[in-house]
Amino acid sequence: MMGLDVYAIAAAVLVGLGFHGLITQPHPLKRLLAVNVVGNGVFLALIVLARRLPDGPDPIPHAMVLTGIVIAVSATAFGLALVRRQARDAEERDD
Amino acid sequence: MTEMLPVLAVFLPLLAGVILFLSGPGPGGLWALGGIVLSAAPSLLLVRQVAVMGTIEHLMGGWSVPLGIRLMADGLSALMILLTAVVGVLVSIHALGLFDRRDAASRQFWVLWPLLWGALNALFLSADLFNAYVTLELVTLAAIPLVLLAGSARAVSAALRYLILALFGSMLYLAGVALIYGLTGVLDMQLAGERLAGGGWVVNLAAALMVTGLLVKAAIVPFHLWLPDAHGSAPAPVSALLSALVVKAAVYLLLRLWSGPLLEPLSQPSVAWLLAGLGVAAILYGSVQALRQPRLKLVVAYSTVAQLGYMLLLFPMAGLLAWQGVIYHGVAHGVAKAALFLAAGNILYQIGHDRIVDLRGSGTVLAVSFGTFAIAGISIMGLPPSGGFLGKWLLLQATLGAGAWWLALVILAGGLLAAGYVFRVLRAAFQLPDSDAEGMEPPVRHIGPLMRWPALVLALLGIALGFAGEPLLALLGDMPGGAG
Repeated sequence: MMGLDVYAIAAAVLVGLGFHGLITQPHPLKRLLAVNVVGNGVFLALIVLARRLPDGPDPIPHAMVLTGIVIAVSATAFGLALVRRQARDAEERDD
Repeated sequence: MTEMLPVLAVFLPLLAGVILFLSGPGPGGLWALGGIVLSAAPSLLLVRQVAVMGTIEHLMGGWSVPLGIRLMADGLSALMILLTAVVGVLVSIHALGLFDRRDAASRQFWVLWPLLWGALNALFLSADLFNAYVTLELVTLAAIPLVLLAGSARAVSAALRYLILALFGSMLYLAGVALIYGLTGVLDMQLAGERLAGGGWVVNLAAALMVTGLLVKAAIVPFHLWLPDAHGSAPAPVSALLSALVVKAAVYLLLRLWSGPLLEPLSQPSVAWLLAGLGVAAILYGSVQALRQPRLKLVVAYSTVAQLGYMLLLFPMAGLLAWQGVIYHGVAHGVAKAALFLAAGNILYQIGHDRIVDLRGSGTVLAVSFGTFAIAGISIMGLPPSGGFLGKWLLLQATLGAGAWWLALVILAGGLLAAGYVFRVLRAAFQLPDSDAEGMEPPVRHIGPLMRWPALVLALLGIALGFAGEPLLALLGDMPGGAG
């Protein structure tokens, strides 16, 4: 099936790194990035899965990754806007 | 026409959102009213058709499974869509009264809420693991901006915390979907369930990832931290929608997975009891926290944490009674919780704060609002005759039938604690004010009928659900997949 290869290991490492970041980092910006690292690990895992067919890559996981990236990008953009607004609110309180 | 109804129930609310984005709520909320009708009509028609004909399926674009995406409306979907429509219409009417239509918040509400409605319907109709992921994300991305309408700094940090956890939860869910696709080569829930028979450690891992992701999204203890802040700081109609519908969407998906593709891994006794244990922790912790909160809206928000716990008690019982009880509890809680949040919002609006210690003496002035709160509280406590009672009664019978008497004790204790936090609020409100301290009446802002009556109607519906058990449980039908 999906024998261990460097991409599968990389996917697992990314998920682990991201999870570590999510639970250890207090700053929301870093936490948001950490979640994105987890997401990239999951996407990479899906691409590894797409290689399992003997006759060429399976298009369905590719479509899933594309959809996932679109969702992750929009959610991250929204998250970044929130981080900025939070920072601006904090500045106003300091003044 | 009938097989198009599932598509219309998703598409028309989304269309309403787009139209309202372009037009705004309009003079007198006329466009908004049109949006509500456009969104509610296909939902109600669909529910009626399911009640008459049974399960309705639609293959998107005519592509057959496994390549195509299947929409399916069975009894459970229909019940959730009906709950969304009823709560949605009444909360919308409240919102028409609350938001000044020239306000930016009003414009945003009337775009985001129909989009959320469409996303919720899409989730309830998904029969495909990946489509469920996409719709779950749509629900999250439509729901979080709604939290921000309050505009306070507290709301911003609550929304950010909610977003990060929700994103993480859906990544876990997606990782589980990837594993299942790797094992079976299909995403359709039914086909995947058939091919997963036999299990193995990869299935268990996939189940663990998906369930953990959904527990984060459903704010089950210990992942509840974002909920009270987000639900407590949003405007009242938003809190009502989030507590009644949005968290329930994640629990719904959990039930759907349990009754379909993940039946085997989730039915192992150790897993089932672990989930029920989390439910027990949620009931006890949420109720005790609700007793200790200084602000009314936080009491109601922690009550949601507690009430969601009941829905996890299904797993070790796994019979028809428990299935009916858990889902009926979910529906009854949705209606009663929306009423509680609208009533709490009205109280906050009228006297300008919701600090419980300072509510003293306001009960006689705000009689309708506190009356609504009390009536909705009956269903939350699970006293007869109410929807909450019926759900808990079915669950109690299921626990006793399975010989799990200590779970029955937890259900009863949860009811007592709920009575504690409801009466704590009412006691504060109906205490006579100190005659010597302040003789003057606090200033009271007037609320219009649009804000006052939807809350009361929802509260009364919570009671009426105690009598409507037969038709609704008939609509729900048997457990899908014939499990148990």
